[in-house]
Amino acid sequence: MPQYETVIGLEVHVELKTRAKIFCDSTTEFGGAPNTHVCPVCLGLPGVLPVVNKKVVEYAIRAALALNCKIARFSKFDRKNYYYPDMPKNYQISQHDLPIAKHGYLKIDTENGAKKIGITRLHMEEDSGKLVHQGTITASPFSLVDYNRAGVPLIEVVSEPDLRSPEEARQYMEKLRAIILYTGISDCKMEEGSLRCDANISVRPVGTDGFGTKAEIKNLNSFKALQRSLNFEIERQIKTLEAGGRIIQETRTWDEGKGETLSLRSKEHAHDYRYLPDPDLVPLLIDRQWVEDICGSLPELPDHRRERYIKEYGLPDYDAAILTNTKELADYFEDCVKVCPNPKAVSNWIMGDFTRLLNLHGLEITECKITPQNLASLLGLIEQGTISGKIAKTVFAEMFAGGTDAETIVKEKGLVQISDKGAVIAIVEEVLVTNPGPVADFRAGRERALGFLVGRVMKATQGKANPELVNKLLREKL
Amino acid sequence: MQLFLLTAHEMHDLLIKKEISAEELNKAVFARIDAVEEQIGAYITRTRENALAQARAVDRQIRHGEKISPLSGIPIAIKDNICTDGIKTTAGSKILSNFIPPYSATVVKRLEAVGGAIAGKANLDEFAMGSSNENSAFFATRNPWDTSRVPGGSSGGSAAAVAAGEAVCALGSDTGGSIRQPASFCGVVGMKPTYGAVSRYGLIAYASSLDQIGPFARDVTDCALMLNAICGHDPLDSTSAKYQVVDYTGFLTDDVRGMKLGVPEEYMAEGTDPAVRCVILKAMKKLESLGAVVEYTSLPHAEYALPTYYLIAQAEASSNLARYDGVRYGMRAKGAEDVIDMFMKTRSQGFGNEVKRRIMLGTYVLSAGYHDAYYLKALKARTLIIGDFDRVFKKYDLLLSPVSSTTAFRIGEKMNNPLQMYLSDLCTSSVNLAGIPGLSIPCGLAGGLPVGLQLIGRPFDEGKLLRAAYTFEQNTDYHKQFPEL
Ligand SMILES: [Zn+2]
Repeated sequence: MPQYETVIGLEVHVELKTRAKIFCDSTTEFGGAPNTHVCPVCLGLPGVLPVVNKKVVEYAIRAALALNCKIARFSKFDRKNYYYPDMPKNYQISQHDLPIAKHGYLKIDTENGAKKIGITRLHMEEDSGKLVHQGTITASPFSLVDYNRAGVPLIEVVSEPDLRSPEEARQYMEKLRAIILYTGISDCKMEEGSLRCDANISVRPVGTDGFGTKAEIKNLNSFKALQRSLNFEIERQIKTLEAGGRIIQETRTWDEGKGETLSLRSKEHAHDYRYLPDPDLVPLLIDRQWVEDICGSLPELPDHRRERYIKEYGLPDYDAAILTNTKELADYFEDCVKVCPNPKAVSNWIMGDFTRLLNLHGLEITECKITPQNLASLLGLIEQGTISGKIAKTVFAEMFAGGTDAETIVKEKGLVQISDKGAVIAIVEEVLVTNPGPVADFRAGRERALGFLVGRVMKATQGKANPELVNKLLREKL
Repeated sequence: MQLFLLTAHEMHDLLIKKEISAEELNKAVFARIDAVEEQIGAYITRTRENALAQARAVDRQIRHGEKISPLSGIPIAIKDNICTDGIKTTAGSKILSNFIPPYSATVVKRLEAVGGAIAGKANLDEFAMGSSNENSAFFATRNPWDTSRVPGGSSGGSAAAVAAGEAVCALGSDTGGSIRQPASFCGVVGMKPTYGAVSRYGLIAYASSLDQIGPFARDVTDCALMLNAICGHDPLDSTSAKYQVVDYTGFLTDDVRGMKLGVPEEYMAEGTDPAVRCVILKAMKKLESLGAVVEYTSLPHAEYALPTYYLIAQAEASSNLARYDGVRYGMRAKGAEDVIDMFMKTRSQGFGNEVKRRIMLGTYVLSAGYHDAYYLKALKARTLIIGDFDRVFKKYDLLLSPVSSTTAFRIGEKMNNPLQMYLSDLCTSSVNLAGIPGLSIPCGLAGGLPVGLQLIGRPFDEGKLLRAAYTFEQNTDYHKQFPEL
């Protein structure tokens, strides 16, 4: 049995968070009673015309620049013709042969270091509405249609078939999401459908150059679904080939419940979209100066920021990667570093307790009550030996819950570290008397017993004794 | 002269001299409609109350000594593929027979803003597809000059209304000749402006890259007044041009001396009815006698215009008409089993034969495997046709030709021969492909039926068309001839 290699390319749809839809002035707001965010244009009434929302073009250029794409000087909109009741005009306005941007890339981390994944193209298009059924589509006695989403602006980002595993595909998606979030053009919420993904996947014997016949998997609305469906599909395709079968080019859908991909339609039944340039929209002539202005307004992007953290703050790559994963986290980190001289300590706290508590409470960093100034002063208290690292965790939890600053909590709760030799020595002596067993063990050469004795002392001082001092005193007495 | 046959500017003079009220004027036109509409069938919907309300408002303005616009209180017919807020707009199709738009086309808003009184919605070939008005889903409009004949199409209702005194002016739309050919058949002035000169917002699309709204009038002055009202950039239509709008009446001077007029020999070819040809030649002589230089010239790719036009128009139409599916508005077929069945039944029952024929043709030429051979090739041919015009306009100010190779034909004569019908657009469709302005002006009768002379100009050179047409009109009296009804 030959070894197989997987070839994956992703088509990702990103919903843009412009105020208005792509070709009319209706709101893009999520939710709302059915068919309330609509107007004659996005309902496709007779005689009305689309007018492109300039903000959409700006956002598309923003994304394209962040993904290292070349922006086309001349671009146009085309009609993709097919009949479906959630499409008001029975064609979708999209971009066919002259997309706004091409030839980009993004970098993902693999075991063998960074890997560039090519981006074939990025184009703008309109979203469709949605059908609502009673129960399943086949059992429902009717179809209701809600056009609130019809005409919401999307960009589609198409990758080269450069991905070689479901893991790489997930990494690509996460990186793409991170970059898009940095640019501020989308919420990228998979659960609300503002980030969607279709995957093209094929397998081929290792060492061959040609591509195997691909299947397209639709309806991947979570990172988990992406990875699971790809794993399923790899296994299905290899099994088919090994059994002497042949892969047919088709569109498949991911059934989350069953945990498998199901055939939707084969190539023979694929749509013929009969593309034609949309005669209602004039071609887009992109002004170079405008592109440069947009470029100048982009924030520092994650890859650049990550490298800078390594160089400027001396952070390990691991820390730098995690801290720059979202713009908000990185901004927070940098705000802390401005007022705290120890970047690594800040990084440890942010990646440790901070992240743990945020996840526990389901909060975003921007919703956190701890100001960078407060975190810095907490770290200062540790540095100065005012509180122990262990106490600091308690203080931090208090800060996180109430937003109070570290000094106040330490003072109010009497958590100041006991570094006074006289105060600690009495307790040390008492512990030695009440724990003859471990004392004997230590004297017999078992180092581990010391740790037990330190723990006893710490417990007796409610964690406030300076652990280094306790250690030193115990050794002296023993 | 009967009141309903006056031109808009003549009516305006009477209004400001307070010799007549706008209400009386509208009532006179509606009385005329009542008298002859049964013979003509120009209107799908009449909006008498709407027009009278507007007329009364204009009368109030006059009473209060306010200045009124030249079209204030003038009854105007609107082709029924142009949307009117709250007024049924059918596009001549069963599929939109119950459609009431919640918005007005920009041109309608502009006409209403200058006090125009919308008299009704004029009949047309379904979705503006046709050259005779026989493709209307409701009834065929008849030519006021001979009611056994067609008024031309697709804006046949608009042309017939103006010719019969059922409206003073009208709006039509022209995709391949749909204003100029009925203007020619009915003996009125009709103009297709430059593509982008008039907003298409609210015009139910047939072929978006060719469609253009334009006026019908009983003389060139009224045509200029209509242009003044409807021209100009519209932010709701991306394809409407940003250009300096001028007062078109400023071009109405009786002078063509030194004007260079080219006559494309391809448009005077053998197929032209000899009687029509004779009238056209006489008109050319007339212009020559008025000081214009008239010469034969050539548009070498003219023979490709008609197939190019039909390929592009139908490709766009197949996509433009996809939205009529019974889901959101318009007719919905009963008894469908599922959504796709509903689409198919609705479209099968809702569209007429000619519309179906064109949707199928357009779908075919855009299909994988045929797209390049037909649609792309047509786009290339379009570029060549535009090139032809660019070249001749380096030498000539305007081009002259017949609008149509025949006069109005008999109802039913060409209905079973769509190809014969398509030939009606021979001299007109290339003007749409090139996006340039074209005007039809009455230039005489052949066999008792009107013949139209077509003037073609450079983009946004409507002024020169008006000047030549006005000069011709001032020195002839064809515009004073009316059909007897
Ligand atoms: Zn809308």
